[in-house]
Amino acid sequence: MTEIERHAFDVVVIGAGGAGLRAAIEARSRGMRTAVVCKSLFGKAHTVMAEGGIAAAMGNVNPNDGWQVHFRDTMRGGKFLNNWRMAELHAKEAPERVWELETYGALFDRTKDGRISQRNFGGHEYPRLAHVGDRTGLELIRTLQQQIVALQQRDFQEFGDYEAGLRVFGECTVTDLLVESGRVAGAFGYWRESGRFLLFEAPSVVLATGGIGKSYKVTSNSWEYTGDGHALALRAGAALINMEFVQFHPTGMVWPPSVKGILVTESVRGDGGVLRNSEGRRFMFDYIPEVFKEKYADNETEADRWYDDPDHNRRPPELLPRDEVARAINAEVKAGRGSPHGGVFLDIASRLPGEEIQRRLPSMYHQFRELADVDITREPMEVGPTCHYVMGGVEVDPDSAASGVPGLFAAGEVAGGMHGSNRLGGNSLSDLLVFGRRAGMGAASYVESIGQDRPTPVESEVDNAARWALAPFGERGPDGPPENPYTLQMELQQVMNDLVGIIRRSDEMEQALKKLDDLGRRVRNVMVEGHRQYNPGWHLALDLRNMVLVSECVARSALERTESRGGHTRDDFPQMDPEWRHQLLACELEHSESGESRADRMDGVRVLRRPQPAMRPDLLALFELAELTKFYLAEELAEHPSEKG
Amino acid sequence: MGYQAHFRVWRGDADSGALRDFRVEVNEGEVVLDVIHRLQATQCPDLAVRWNCKAGKCGSCSAEINGRPRLMCMTRMSTFAEDETVTVTPMRTFPLVRDLVTDVSYNYAKAREIPSFQPPADLAPGEYRMQQVDVQRSQEFRKCIECFLCQNTCHVVRDHEDNEQAFAGPRYLMRVAELEMHPLDTADRHQDAQTQHGLGFCNITKCCTEVCPEHIKITDNALIPLKERVADRRYDPLARLFRRRKE
Repeated sequence: MTEIERHAFDVVVIGAGGAGLRAAIEARSRGMRTAVVCKSLFGKAHTVMAEGGIAAAMGNVNPNDGWQVHFRDTMRGGKFLNNWRMAELHAKEAPERVWELETYGALFDRTKDGRISQRNFGGHEYPRLAHVGDRTGLELIRTLQQQIVALQQRDFQEFGDYEAGLRVFGECTVTDLLVESGRVAGAFGYWRESGRFLLFEAPSVVLATGGIGKSYKVTSNSWEYTGDGHALALRAGAALINMEFVQFHPTGMVWPPSVKGILVTESVRGDGGVLRNSEGRRFMFDYIPEVFKEKYADNETEADRWYDDPDHNRRPPELLPRDEVARAINAEVKAGRGSPHGGVFLDIASRLPGEEIQRRLPSMYHQFRELADVDITREPMEVGPTCHYVMGGVEVDPDSAASGVPGLFAAGEVAGGMHGSNRLGGNSLSDLLVFGRRAGMGAASYVESIGQDRPTPVESEVDNAARWALAPFGERGPDGPPENPYTLQMELQQVMNDLVGIIRRSDEMEQALKKLDDLGRRVRNVMVEGHRQYNPGWHLALDLRNMVLVSECVARSALERTESRGGHTRDDFPQMDPEWRHQLLACELEHSESGESRADRMDGVRVLRRPQPAMRPDLLALFELAELTKFYLAEELAEHPSEKG
Repeated sequence: MGYQAHFRVWRGDADSGALRDFRVEVNEGEVVLDVIHRLQATQCPDLAVRWNCKAGKCGSCSAEINGRPRLMCMTRMSTFAEDETVTVTPMRTFPLVRDLVTDVSYNYAKAREIPSFQPPADLAPGEYRMQQVDVQRSQEFRKCIECFLCQNTCHVVRDHEDNEQAFAGPRYLMRVAELEMHPLDTADRHQDAQTQHGLGFCNITKCCTEVCPEHIKITDNALIPLKERVADRRYDPLARLFRRRKE
């Protein structure tokens, strides 16, 4: 039917953030002809938004740090729901991945003796985050981008063609994966600029598409975060795990509307910033949970002493884990003690001299001055929770990043398991590097292993993919009134924000599922105006399908998990339940055999329970038994050395 | 609180197009990009605009607002009078794709022409030692968000398309300076800056510095020092003698 541009590659990486670029570098270095396909221009991926740093136990600032300490912190942060093998690999390999960036030309801030400086962050026992001021994500993306260019320059010298072995397809969206006899055969997409279709014939695909935050009304995520990789994996037959766990960062900007949701870094609180309600009260003292009472100060005097003398005082409660702070802010606003624009006040102005604030938090100072007309050295900021990160994602093999579908790999935010029910700040950038590389390796080994036995995409499937992509132009004909994609997106964001947000209840989630079902039907009736050349309405119409599907996974899993843990808080089940610790929820898509188009063959999301594999005894032994008993059932701890005597 | 603003937005493609007038709602605290998005959602769903982070960090939404090269996400509506017409046009230097979107591939082509970082052969990963004071100079240039506003503004290419071949533009000359000042880079770069990347075209009018949303002192801190290094090497009599001997 339509004319389609065709390309053949060994490995196709979808997404050009930290994970995608690191995967591409690895695949190319292992001799694979590699493509990177990304929705934005090369170098604009959401990774640039990361501020704090990359967590890696290099021990440059405190030599007591090591992979075991990092591993423990990560498991605690995730409330022991993490895939322990991923957490182990991550903690062990993160330092090498950071040092490798220096060989690509990265310039991190330095310690006095010339090594990479490391900073403190929530949940990390020692100063651990390699950083460049508060723009670490930009450094990461630019370094990897420049390493891709370096590899291309090598190819140019050898073959006279920059793109002989590694090509970036910028502003290009993948709408479908092609699967033949259960194996990956390629990917189908379109150029955003021209609307022309492309077919990638490739035996392996690495998903590195990031998260799903754009399904929420208030989010720190950019427009790209529409859950594309999550949805592509589901439709290809892979499973998603942990989708009920969504991290709400406690401090996003709430005003002005144009920047609602944009992140205010945790470092503001780390450097002395405090949260106050409309009555001027430092309310976090009212929200210290029982399990944290030993570690957090219950009065302002002690809390304020901690900044200078952390060894003899308890931490200020503003530095509780992200989920606790987000819930507290939410409760204050609901109780009518919020700020004028529906947040609370974050005050650094009365805590530090103006010059000191500008020195420590340059980008926050700049962000508020330029975007909100607020001088944070003189007045408090207004902040509130913002959807920040999804812990859930494609179920993968920890070592190879392989999904359940042969040839399909996933790394970074789109992969699930590593962070359990809650991610620590700083563990995302390291995750991208460690598992981006492993996914590149995994894909390369897979391609080598199948030799000449490569599946080829079936033409009728390619035609179906093209038809499905063109449906919003009305070639199929709607079976209801035509819908506007922008309106549907706003409705979806409202549903997820109101009914599957920070605090969840079964009746609200059931209501959300009804609304999502209705939205799913209406999305099929979306009609767009104009033609295929750079048409944002059409682009959104296609992304919307992914957003609705992934939102359904979040809502269904959240309804199923009848406990509160990390990024999943149930008003009707407020306690953490050890019976749930060893159970994961997996989402799969039911396929029916009949039906004309792909959409007709998608039946709905099914949620299955999966047992969490028991942690290896040597890793379990890294924890004190007393700590584990807070999370584990007694019979699960029989292997612990103190139990065995 | 809200008011109806008069917007004039370029609509069209490489073949034809025109400025179109719109009345559009503006609310307190909004930026130009918010208003463009409102136009998309309510009046012209196919209005093409490139954007991403909406916080001045990714450098995607570059355009010319009332003739000034700016990021749309960092231009607050409160900087205009309510009765002022706000004109939004695509970056002029680059070929038009559609509406506010231009073809910026020139920049990516130039990026490939700058030889990459060359690490020292004798240092293993993890052995790099550098002082903060030494990395700081290059770190300033690495704040660049690649919005390409400096490339768009520089008159060397803005007014003379023919120079595109020989001139890398401020962003990529700054990249040469960044690598040149990298404490551990082993390549010799300043002659190339002159002969390969067109440093000589720059006559330090500082237009690039003026439009940089990251406030990088491109001219003062990158281009002028690079010119000085080139000049030192070229006209230093001892170095000349040494060069001649080598030859």
